[in-house]
Amino acid sequence: MTPPSLVDRHIGFIHALRQAGLPVSLAEGLDAANALTVIDLAERETLREAYAATLVKRRTHRPGFDALFDLWFPPVVSGSYDSYGSREDAAPDEDKGNLGIDLERAELPELRDRLAELLMGDPGDPAFREFARAMVGRFGRVQAAAGRQSWFSYAVLRALSPDTLVARLLDRTLEARGGLPEKVARQQIRRNIAAFQEAVASDVRRRIAEESGIEKIARTTVKPPIDKIDFLRVTHAELAQLRREVHPLARRLATRLTIKHKLGHRGRLDFRRTVRASLSTGGVPLTTRLRPKRPHKPELVVLCDASDSVATFSHFTLLLTFALREQFTKVRAFAFVDVVDEITKLFSPGADVLDVISRMAKEADIIRFGRTNYGQVFERFAERYPDAIGPKTSLLILGDARSNYQAPAVDTLKRLAGEARHAYWLNPEPRRQWDTGDSVAMAYGAVVPMYECRNVAQLAEFIETLA
Amino acid sequence: MWFASPDEVRERLTAVDYLADDGISTSVFLAGALGKPLLTEGPAGVGKTQLAKAVAEATGARLIRLQCYEGLDEARALYEWNYKKQLLRIQADDDAWDDIFSEEFLLERPLLKAIRSDEPTVLLIDETDKADVEVEGLLLEILSDYQITIPELGTISAARKPYVVLTSNATRELSEALKRRCLYLHLDYPTPERERDIVLAQVPGLPGSIAEQLARTVATLRGLELKKSPSIAETIDWAHTLLALGRTELDEAAIGETLGVVLKHNSDQVRAAKELGLPARS
Repeated sequence: MTPPSLVDRHIGFIHALRQAGLPVSLAEGLDAANALTVIDLAERETLREAYAATLVKRRTHRPGFDALFDLWFPPVVSGSYDSYGSREDAAPDEDKGNLGIDLERAELPELRDRLAELLMGDPGDPAFREFARAMVGRFGRVQAAAGRQSWFSYAVLRALSPDTLVARLLDRTLEARGGLPEKVARQQIRRNIAAFQEAVASDVRRRIAEESGIEKIARTTVKPPIDKIDFLRVTHAELAQLRREVHPLARRLATRLTIKHKLGHRGRLDFRRTVRASLSTGGVPLTTRLRPKRPHKPELVVLCDASDSVATFSHFTLLLTFALREQFTKVRAFAFVDVVDEITKLFSPGADVLDVISRMAKEADIIRFGRTNYGQVFERFAERYPDAIGPKTSLLILGDARSNYQAPAVDTLKRLAGEARHAYWLNPEPRRQWDTGDSVAMAYGAVVPMYECRNVAQLAEFIETLA
Repeated sequence: MWFASPDEVRERLTAVDYLADDGISTSVFLAGALGKPLLTEGPAGVGKTQLAKAVAEATGARLIRLQCYEGLDEARALYEWNYKKQLLRIQADDDAWDDIFSEEFLLERPLLKAIRSDEPTVLLIDETDKADVEVEGLLLEILSDYQITIPELGTISAARKPYVVLTSNATRELSEALKRRCLYLHLDYPTPERERDIVLAQVPGLPGSIAEQLARTVATLRGLELKKSPSIAETIDWAHTLLALGRTELDEAAIGETLGVVLKHNSDQVRAAKELGLPARS
């Protein structure tokens, strides 16, 4: 059997990227191939960046690209496997970085000392990755079934438990605990531990790929980009990342919206300025000047479900609406679980994102019994804030339309929607789950147009139609 | 040929005080070797524009800059006919109708100038995302074929391919067509180690220990959820500030006094003070 050529590997890699959802065009694939002819293929990082520069044109796609690159162009190739242990095809100078420690035989405390030392340094150091690889080789193998083995990063991290080294590291770097130096040191250690975990995970993926084929692992490796992550399934780390996206996203949307306004037909001819301009061309009006168009700015009333089941979604949407405040003449926000309260004042300009969320939970009077009751909320809202909705307002309702089998009060909602200029309902649940269980999505959807809004991409799309 | 290898890029950029990492040096090298434009994207103040300037300085090429803004049009980006001169010519000579569209009446704008230049040129198209969508269409011909078509004159091809750098703050997505024609480089905040080196290169008088503390503190600030994370440019400003104040150590008091240099939103300052345990500001 002839070993696969570079072209095969290149084609396979591009194919894998496309399967992972990166839009790689034919022309870009050719660019990458051209790039391969001018760079030094032995330099792995150059190869990685050459592929990245020609194929990856969006920041959100980069993590997926890196994971796949590590699989298709692994940094090392394991040597022959026998039944007792694996041998790394080690570069002759491998141990130079890991001074005096035999990584294959050393005792655990010794290894933890070495890890502590590495965590204090720069994770870009080659010794750092080598150490991670050696540790996966020693601790990462788990007997999956009789005669079969697999690799897990969990086993490595449990054996070395880098998280328990933090206190020791802090003691070593700092003369005294507390204050700013500790914060700074913690940040650095946290970052390095994360880098170590990532190095271990990447090596585990490499070993699995060697044993059972790249295609098998590639499919599960790449996570969806942040704007495609489901609001209702978001993890803690992703949530922080999402909140960080609020301002850039708002800025992007705001630019898009102003462009859209400008593209609409311009205003009437500005006669005076046209004549003025014609003076420079001898009285011939070569360029016409038009009056700027008066911008259309809707008033917005947001009514949002703040119960735990949809909290991530409604928080994010609220933050985004308020970040877009300039696009609307007036924004009023109301939150509810089973009673409704106004929360507009919490979103004062310059308010801190995290503060707003915690204050909303504490100060707003929105919970009586703790079970969402849409029917009661709509009735109370119509009663308490009759002036909120007028002929110029757009009403935006955020929630999953799960009313715990209470009376839905569709008629009240119909009246509210009738008073508003437009009404929309954003539902973070996938469309196929609507009307299952206690959801009354279709009944509400018949009165107020309901949109599926599961991720940032869909939300951005909706806001564009709104303003 | 602009550069011989990524390593050479790194050396020559370092010589003009621009510290490149693997990603930067490879993309800069490829842009020259493949003759493709380089699109750099990233948050404000991470050195996108500076990269183009450094490339021009390192290669001794002329830098032509097109600053994009809302309402930028053909007449200000590509070329314009000199209407006044044309009018005068027609008024002076009734038979001149045929020859008023010639070189003589053509006003060069940055893009045309870069295409027609015979010396090595770096063309910087700055803040591409600020321009209207139509301008992107205008750029496509130049970026893929290095030529400009003027209806009255015909097609003008580049005498010598310029080295094109586009920058964008990602306030909007650039079109797929534009991205496809470019090499892409996402510049992000550097690692503390690299940022320390950058600060030392830019602020020569600063002691190494402060630069180290500074880089780590800024990395910590970027870890907080702020409206606007401090950029490299702001870190450098901070270093200048500390140097001017004659501080020899970056302690809580020094940070508290000078935090305004890196954080420009009041809510960010309050948040940083709370999270880092700095003395409260009045």
